[in-house]
Amino acid sequence: MSNKMHIKLNVNGEGHEFLAEPRELLIYTLRERLNITGPHIGCETSHCGACTVTINGKSVKACTMFVAQADGADITTIEGLGGPDNMHVLQEAFREHHGLQCGYCTPGMITRASKLLEENPNPTEEEVRFGMAGNICRCTGYQNIVKSILAAASELNAAKEAAE
Amino acid sequence: MKDLNEDQVARSANLKGMGCSRKRVEDARFTQGKGNYVDDVKLPGMLHGDFVRSPYAHARIKSIDTSKAMAVDGVIAVLTAADLAPLNLHWMPTLAGDKQMVLADGKVLFQGQEVAFVVAKDRFIAADAVELVEVDYEELPVIVNPFEALQSDVVLREDIADQKEGAHGPRKHHNHIFTWEAGEEAATNDVIDNAEVVATETMYYHRTHPCPLETCGSVASMDKVNGKLTVWGTFQAPHVVRTVASLLSGIEEHNIRVISPDIGGGFGNKVGVYPGYVCSIVASIVTGKPVKWIEDRMENLMSTAFARDYWMTGKIAATKDGKITGLHCHVTADHGAFDACADPTKFPAGFMNICTGSYDIPTAYLAVDGVYTNKAPGGVSYRCSFRVTEAVYFIERMIEVLAIELNMDAAELRRINFIKKDQFPYQSALGWEYDSGDYHTAWDKALKAVDYEGLRKEQAERVEAFKRGETRSLMGIGLSFFTEIVGAGPVKNCDILGMGMFDSCEIRIHPTGSAIARLGTISQGQGHATTFAQILASEIGLPADSITIEEGDTDTAPYGLGTYGSRSTPVAGAATALAGRKIRAKAQMIAAYLLEVHDDDLEWDIDRFVVKGAPERFKTMKEIAYAAYNQAIPGVEPGLEAVSYYDPPNMTYPFGAYVCVMDIDVDTGVQTIRRFYALDDCGTRINPMIIEGQVHGGLTEALAVALGQEIAYDDMGNVKTGTLMDFFLPTAWEVPNYETDHTVTPSPHHPIGAKGVGESPHVGGVPCFSNAVNDAFRAFGNRHTHMPHDHWRIWQTANKLGLHG
Repeated sequence: MSNKMHIKLNVNGEGHEFLAEPRELLIYTLRERLNITGPHIGCETSHCGACTVTINGKSVKACTMFVAQADGADITTIEGLGGPDNMHVLQEAFREHHGLQCGYCTPGMITRASKLLEENPNPTEEEVRFGMAGNICRCTGYQNIVKSILAAASELNAAKEAAE
Repeated sequence: MKDLNEDQVARSANLKGMGCSRKRVEDARFTQGKGNYVDDVKLPGMLHGDFVRSPYAHARIKSIDTSKAMAVDGVIAVLTAADLAPLNLHWMPTLAGDKQMVLADGKVLFQGQEVAFVVAKDRFIAADAVELVEVDYEELPVIVNPFEALQSDVVLREDIADQKEGAHGPRKHHNHIFTWEAGEEAATNDVIDNAEVVATETMYYHRTHPCPLETCGSVASMDKVNGKLTVWGTFQAPHVVRTVASLLSGIEEHNIRVISPDIGGGFGNKVGVYPGYVCSIVASIVTGKPVKWIEDRMENLMSTAFARDYWMTGKIAATKDGKITGLHCHVTADHGAFDACADPTKFPAGFMNICTGSYDIPTAYLAVDGVYTNKAPGGVSYRCSFRVTEAVYFIERMIEVLAIELNMDAAELRRINFIKKDQFPYQSALGWEYDSGDYHTAWDKALKAVDYEGLRKEQAERVEAFKRGETRSLMGIGLSFFTEIVGAGPVKNCDILGMGMFDSCEIRIHPTGSAIARLGTISQGQGHATTFAQILASEIGLPADSITIEEGDTDTAPYGLGTYGSRSTPVAGAATALAGRKIRAKAQMIAAYLLEVHDDDLEWDIDRFVVKGAPERFKTMKEIAYAAYNQAIPGVEPGLEAVSYYDPPNMTYPFGAYVCVMDIDVDTGVQTIRRFYALDDCGTRINPMIIEGQVHGGLTEALAVALGQEIAYDDMGNVKTGTLMDFFLPTAWEVPNYETDHTVTPSPHHPIGAKGVGESPHVGGVPCFSNAVNDAFRAFGNRHTHMPHDHWRIWQTANKLGLHG
């Protein structure tokens, strides 16, 4: 189609270049075009955060952003945070502290938490609750999510101290 | 249990069996974004379906023109009722004995009803084409109130207008569905007429929705070459879906494979069979290509199964000193346009007749009238066993109202009336046999933990301070004591569409001492792969880490009725334990042969059979597994496998004691939960970590329902809460930390004594939050206010009571 736009993205360290309609939403680009299915669709109105990814260093809900708006961006999804051989501290912490049940919100939750801990490496419980309020979980009641994030913060800080 | 020596303790710990907080095996894939949910299923050549939905709540369809939609490049088909009629698939049976339109047949009965199904090459094209389907509607009068429906001349269901008899007995009116009764009406009226004290109240348990984070969806793939249909979907009961699909389509059951992949939360939303499932299957059969249907959030909230919507009127009779003598309950149940409740066939109002609660009430009567309105169909059990949430809310509010009538403390009133420990098994006035309980112990523990007397003192001081103008904040103490009825159920009285509600487990031990077990249930976040392996580890002595649990593929798993109503542990968990015991029985024969002793000379010791009196002579389960496959044993078949289909002798009756302490700002209506204490007794505890997680989650869903979540309609039948902007889902910011506690009263009839827990916190939590709000205003003359207690409604309560000066 003539109205397609030329888009370049860097997702989890890998470059992608393609033509897309201006109306293509980023979450569909990730899930359908690039087969990156970690980010999920929960509401398509920016409320639930299941689609949360990191774009140029900021947490963004990919369900309400056109891929055209992300042209040239650096994007990190849950898949880029860690994998079987290099688990992210948060991925371990969520398992250790039972921070998930059905798992549907988990990729967005962990992706958001990773940014939160970069923005505020030593958050209080209240700051975690406020900073995570854009991500909805229907299963856990958040108590163990908060616990997981605080535990990950401690671990990251301890590792930083040890390195210094 | 006898004391274990050091070696036994180490061997036992190695198993990670029942009672330990084993970390979940599911988490690795979920934390790395490698779950496999239905929308992750992608097949070559897959098409996408999307619905044209009715903007009207009640209208006649004069015509449907699909030509413009069909002209869009990439549109493959547009299905309407006329296309489905020759296949007899334009209507489908509901789980409640009614029938429901798959696609609108002549008229629409609720806003968001499915009218046409567009099939296109991608989602965007399908959405474009949906906009181009032209439907000519003629508006009809809309009824959203069930009481009005029973008076109105307007006939909602023209297809059954003349039927005097419904699936559950006589119909009183053309918009009436059924009357269902339990207990003794005359005797109950007699008790109430002659009672020293009677409290009466009407309460509306508003319509809401389970709203799992993943919406409903399916992918159907008809392979015309070998005649096999495969359907992936968000199914809480995949085996039932296979049977229903076979009955509807005429495809033989062995040619249908239903797969529930990972499910992103269910909470009852994914029990029913929805038009989207049927349309994706039909579209795949028609086009010969895989067809995916995934609903969006608005469609989910508007059209798939709602929960609650019960108008309940109660009369509770008591002596002056607080002994309850009788209970009368009438319910007007709004079922929407079709009766699509997911209840066992003989229970059109579910287990509403557990509404005598945890109390020894000698005489009771319940009547439920089901009614059609212009609202979406459903009536599912949102994180509860069938209508148990309604029942517990009803009795726990009635107790509070009675306490006001008696001018008595509500905690004491409960204590006076609890069923006593020595009365179990207890026969309730409305027909249930409670299996086990120790309510007084649980209640005392809970009240002590929160310093109940201290709280009441503080509350009284706060009221005085408020009256003196020193504070604008009031304090509510919410109490609830609940008894659930879960684990449906005995096949003799529980079936769905004629299918008995048993469940199953099939175990295969591998030669090197690991195993796979498959069950008829399906996890939606409950962690079955973790906990069922723990049950087996304790039963067969192989480490849980060496046991794979599989569910949800009807080609490989044994038939079962699925996961809802807290039935997985009570029913499939029992099947798992019993199948494990069959394995052990055969293992004992093998061990006896290997050790050259008689079977009876052996005893089981955690992970091995030991010769009695000679502990140095033993065979481990691992050794036995190897021998089962590799050694010729006279009279014993090779292999080590077992299957168990479990028909429970009774339901299980988990219970609990909850206390909520809430501060309410009288001028803004904002409620702050200062403390929430939850004591649960779910019998034997399999994995304390998972139990606690379930309690946190269930309480949060209870908080949502009690404090703001609803599916609201305007008079025209428009859904006012169709997005997450309006439909309240609490975030981390709005949710407190919960204190969890427990007692353990095992179920006497369950093989491992477990009762199920996932739904308890929701069932007990809703009345607890609601009681806290109502209690805050008790000192000012408040008796009852309806849920949801959002800030606006609380402000209104304060205003009506004259608290704004």
